[in-house]
Amino acid sequence: MEAFTVHTGTAAPLRRSNVDTDQIIPAEYLKRITRHGFEDGLFSAWRKDPDFVLNKPEYAGVSVLVAGPDFGTGSSREHAVWALQDYGFKVVISSRFADIFRGNSGKAGLLTALVDQDVVESLWALIEADPSTSVTVDLDAQTISAGDIVASFDVDPYVRWRLLEGLDDIGITLQNAPDIERFESARPSFTPTTR
Amino acid sequence: MGRTLAEKVWEAHVVRRAEGEPDLLYIDLHLVHEVTSPQAFDGLRSTGRPVRRPDLTLATEDHNVPTIDIDKPIADPISRAQVEALRKNCAEFDIPLFPLGSADQGIVHVVGPQLGLTQPGMTVVCGDSHTSTHGAFGALAFGIGTSEVEHVLATQTLPLKPFKTMAVTVNGPLPAGVTAKDLILAVIAKIGTGGGQGYVIEYRGEGVRGLSMEGRMTLCNMSIEAGARAGMVAPDQTTFDYIEGREHAPVGADWDAAVAYWQTLVTDPDATFDKEVVIEASELSPFVTWGTNPGQGVPLSATVPSPDDAADDVERAAIERALEYMALTPGTPMKEIPVDTVFVGSCTNGRIEDLRAAAAVIQGRKVADGVRMLVVPGSVKVRLQAMSEGLDEVFKQAGAEWREAGCSMCLAMNPDKLTPGERSASTSNRNFEGRQGPGGRTHLVSPQVAAATAVTGRFASPADLA
Ligand code: SF4
Repeated sequence: MEAFTVHTGTAAPLRRSNVDTDQIIPAEYLKRITRHGFEDGLFSAWRKDPDFVLNKPEYAGVSVLVAGPDFGTGSSREHAVWALQDYGFKVVISSRFADIFRGNSGKAGLLTALVDQDVVESLWALIEADPSTSVTVDLDAQTISAGDIVASFDVDPYVRWRLLEGLDDIGITLQNAPDIERFESARPSFTPTTR
Repeated sequence: MGRTLAEKVWEAHVVRRAEGEPDLLYIDLHLVHEVTSPQAFDGLRSTGRPVRRPDLTLATEDHNVPTIDIDKPIADPISRAQVEALRKNCAEFDIPLFPLGSADQGIVHVVGPQLGLTQPGMTVVCGDSHTSTHGAFGALAFGIGTSEVEHVLATQTLPLKPFKTMAVTVNGPLPAGVTAKDLILAVIAKIGTGGGQGYVIEYRGEGVRGLSMEGRMTLCNMSIEAGARAGMVAPDQTTFDYIEGREHAPVGADWDAAVAYWQTLVTDPDATFDKEVVIEASELSPFVTWGTNPGQGVPLSATVPSPDDAADDVERAAIERALEYMALTPGTPMKEIPVDTVFVGSCTNGRIEDLRAAAAVIQGRKVADGVRMLVVPGSVKVRLQAMSEGLDEVFKQAGAEWREAGCSMCLAMNPDKLTPGERSASTSNRNFEGRQGPGGRTHLVSPQVAAATAVTGRFASPADLA
């Protein structure tokens, strides 16, 4: 996983609450066998609507999603996070995230920045007035700055540490490789192998 | 203070323990199938990580495979793509694979034990909830998600928070005609489909001790339907006898060392469980589900329940919904309900003993007119064993279809499916809406009840056959 310290990019406003994982990516995409390439499935029902925010040319190339409350509810599918990342999002900002979605995001390296709803509202106003506004998310300082707005955000300390270090779960475990080797050397000789 | 069996196995696998972190647990055996593994391998590729222990990993093809014409390419392109991805991944990462057509292919939870790979005291994982099956050997075995599959492939460990422990004690021997399947259906009906949530269940008592390994696997298999993470049975002579001589069983001095260790894998007398449930075996009889979750079951001699029996409004709504989907009327005797299809197979009841039990009931009898009976061995080895005993002929002469090994009609992922509205008596583990095919109506039963039901065309136990 790439380390996350500061990210600067343009942002899209998603003025909806309770966006569930079925809306983020419908079940039909779950039959795929790859870990990548889910960008076409992201919000696929809404993307058929030319007026949907991500279809507007002024929001091309966005990497920050400013979402309504209760983002990511519903099924635990990890594909929801993969789809957001494959589309190019590095950060989702919301005043409330569903737990499992937030957990999955932390594992995969997508930053979910928790802010007060009034911060969301002012970000919406700003990026709607000028879609080219750049938004800077500083994980070390835990701040979001855009135009005149400077706001702090919440993130789980353990997730923050992992993102700053660029460590996924596997990366953390591999740091303990000497422990694993020690354990392996002491396994009884009667334990079977599949060879 | 004493420790439970589950705690002993857990403790023996802690690689690393640190304040405020989950335990890092070593995994002895990682089983892989085609459905839940492709993204995990893809993740390894994109991070450039190798599989740490391909020699503790084993793959088989089961969910998507057809059970007839297995020499032809798989017709469904999505199924074929999943199977082909597994073959490619196993070749790339050097993981042993039993593909369709190989002598060791079969359902992942049948293959592990039959090779002697599942042994007491091990940790066993697979990206499949019915991994709980392997707990029958006194192993700590549980299903994991795709990210965890990747984690185990890369590190052979998993960071985990300890489970709670539950004892299900079965007092007295099972009465004649009552099987492990009836026992687990009764347990789930008693504690509910959420009753085991967060727990590892240890099955104990005379009624469990008397079960064969096949029976114990059936029991542990459906722990997941009670909501539990895993099920376990302490190993004993029955366990050792089953393992001894199998392909991957220890031999010589290793065997003696292994057995000496395995004998310590019992819950200490002074250990305490977080929860205890007691079942009186003498109260058990053949069981059948009527609804759309495995907890909605009744004795075969009972009638379809009524929403009026519900304890609260939530349950009432659940019963109403299930009755509607299943097209059943409250008060109807279960034994009067006609079925269209009978399925004997799956990782719950697709082992040799299950096929023998079904064959013994149907021998010299005929499958009722208008009823289709599918007999699907859980693995190629089970299939060949059954054929060497002539069981295939017994089934064929009765008018049943004798198939190749696979998950088959347990889930609607391969060509064996119910058609909308069709009703089945099935030895599998899930009766969810559409599980065996969109609109299909599933009733879970034991192999014996399945066979008797095939003969009468309505739910029946062997005792009902004249
Ligand atoms: S037989 Fe059914 S429950 Fe068992 S592994 Fe196959 S699909 Fe899953």
